[in-house]
Amino acid sequence: MNPGASLQAVHQAHIGAPILQLEGISLAFGGVQALQDISFDVREHEIRAIIGPNGAGKSSMLNVINGIYKPQQGRITFRGQTFSHMEPWQVARMGIARTFQNLALFKGMSVLDNIMTGRNLRMKSNLLQQALRLGAAEREEIAHRERAEEIIDFLEIQAWRKTPVGRLPYGLQKRVDLGRALAMEPAVLLLDEPMAGMNVEEKQDMCRFVLDVNNEFGTTIVLIEHDMGVVMDISDRVVVLDYGRKIGDGAPDEVRGNEDVIRAYLGVAH
Amino acid sequence: MFYRENGQFKTSYRADQQILPIRQDRLLMAGLLVVAYLVVPWVASDYLLRAIILPFLILSLAAIGLNLLVGYCGQISLGHAAFMAVGAYAAYNLAVRVPGMNFLLVLLLAGVCAALVGALFGIPSLRIKGLYLAVATLAAQFFIDWMFARVKWFTNYASSGSVSTATVELFGWKIETPAEKYLFLLSVVSVLALAAKNLVRSHIGRSWMATRDMDVAAEVIGIRPVYAKLTAFAVSAFYVGVAGALWGFMHLGAWEPAAFGINVSLNLLFMIIIGGMGSILGSFFGAFFITVLPILLAQVPAMLGFNLSVETGSHLELMIFGALIVFFLIVEPHGLARLWAIGKEKLRLWPFPH
Ligand SMILES: Nc1ncnc2c1ncn2[C@@H]1O[C@H](COP(=O)(O)OP(=O)(O)OP(=O)(O)O)[C@@H](O)[C@H]1O
Ligand SMILES: [Mg+2]
Repeated sequence: MNPGASLQAVHQAHIGAPILQLEGISLAFGGVQALQDISFDVREHEIRAIIGPNGAGKSSMLNVINGIYKPQQGRITFRGQTFSHMEPWQVARMGIARTFQNLALFKGMSVLDNIMTGRNLRMKSNLLQQALRLGAAEREEIAHRERAEEIIDFLEIQAWRKTPVGRLPYGLQKRVDLGRALAMEPAVLLLDEPMAGMNVEEKQDMCRFVLDVNNEFGTTIVLIEHDMGVVMDISDRVVVLDYGRKIGDGAPDEVRGNEDVIRAYLGVAH
Repeated sequence: MFYRENGQFKTSYRADQQILPIRQDRLLMAGLLVVAYLVVPWVASDYLLRAIILPFLILSLAAIGLNLLVGYCGQISLGHAAFMAVGAYAAYNLAVRVPGMNFLLVLLLAGVCAALVGALFGIPSLRIKGLYLAVATLAAQFFIDWMFARVKWFTNYASSGSVSTATVELFGWKIETPAEKYLFLLSVVSVLALAAKNLVRSHIGRSWMATRDMDVAAEVIGIRPVYAKLTAFAVSAFYVGVAGALWGFMHLGAWEPAAFGINVSLNLLFMIIIGGMGSILGSFFGAFFITVLPILLAQVPAMLGFNLSVETGSHLELMIFGALIVFFLIVEPHGLARLWAIGKEKLRLWPFPH
């Protein structure tokens, strides 16, 4: 047995019960039906891909999970708690983090500060303690700085720690976006096209980071990706969306053979 | 000794997180404080203190306050002079109605009153942004102006509507002469400026800046918009309220509601635009600039032998402000503070150009 396969076996063994379940999610913008009665689940520790042609509703799906969009119908169950809508900050505090298709970094802040902001939801010192920088506030800041530095090391962006994010090249900005989400230490990480617009080398790096996050921290990952090679390589199960409907769901090999999926992708080169 | 951080390695995060990580900057700051405390009170004339230095210090504090809201949290307010008024009248009423209250406590409570009113008028920011928010804060300005002019209780039923303050006493120290006022203000402003700096480099400051830069992403990483925006309004109004109380007690002595009109709000905005949005240091630059420019315009032409009428002087002042604001908004939105930073960067490289 080669080492890759055994790693894969270990990974498979770790996959647990569903941590996130979506039932009958429907979302419309005026006349546009972005999502129509979508149901699927995500198991603990797995890498779940969402694929589909442009405008299929993939990003909208993540926005619903995040609470950015409020679905007209449907329910979400996360770690046994069922709800139809929560505010984004509540979702974040429950343990769901997210990166964005179009970078949404805090442009006026440094790499370090962007990542530190991901720690905000765990920081407790009150206004007065912060204003006076009392011992407790200083200690808290340093403790979280250490966690932020671990992430900076992990993503290999030490050299840009103090650089304003706006000055970084695109590929590095994508990494910072991931870093900010990782800083939240989420149970589930939603990645919206983390490799879009990257060259082959950058894609490989990003793939490695995603796999490492999944392996080392046990983070469950929901990944939107257009690069079929990547999807087939790293995901455990795939959901296929087309025009807001779910047309396929299963292991990468099953999905690849699915006729609806082949039809949806015909003529759409990715 | 070159201005450089070379060789000043940071061995702990605590050291790396200092306000002034470069040693030369720390020395400069220490020198500045020594001069401010030990030299200025002896050499500055009463006129210089009264006309420039005292208003400069108080306006710096107000500019810091507005900057926390506009420059750091990205919200807009055209009504900040109204929060100054709240601070001034709160302090006045406390001093009149609770005789003998410690003036520091008066200031603190005046700030807290302003903070509450600021948070209240910050509520629209949860729903609206930009121009609409600007108009909503303008409403705060007009409402509060009206309130202090019409509700006689606030002015202790003074027949003229004008209120006047007694000499401030602190732990038996009568703060009377300009030099004494200066030392008192310097201390208050230094402490509050330090606190503001601490806030903006803490997680509360990061939540403000995140809200400013990308509000959706801020919420997605767990920042409550209600909390971020309302704390920004409250803290901002606290600073401005304390500044208002100081303006009343230490600068004006006696004032009417018109003292805190819309033109003061606009002046505060000019200060942070010229000084630098999102910079505590810039707030000082802006306040200094706005305090000094009118005086320069009044005096320099005369010294050079021109005879400018008062009217021409004030027209000139408006034109210069206008031009500068357009310049900074278009060319350098981070104001004088940014020019300062660029200068330091150049100095760091000097004498080697790269
Ligand atoms: N805020 C919005 N307002 C109006 N329509 C929207 C909004 N967000 C998404 N849509 C519409 O919903 C549909 C799905 O969009 P979505 O962004 O989810 O697609 P996607 O699968 O992520 O596509 P892509 O691969 O291009 O990122 C599209 O028709 C889009 O125009
Ligand atoms: Mg998308």
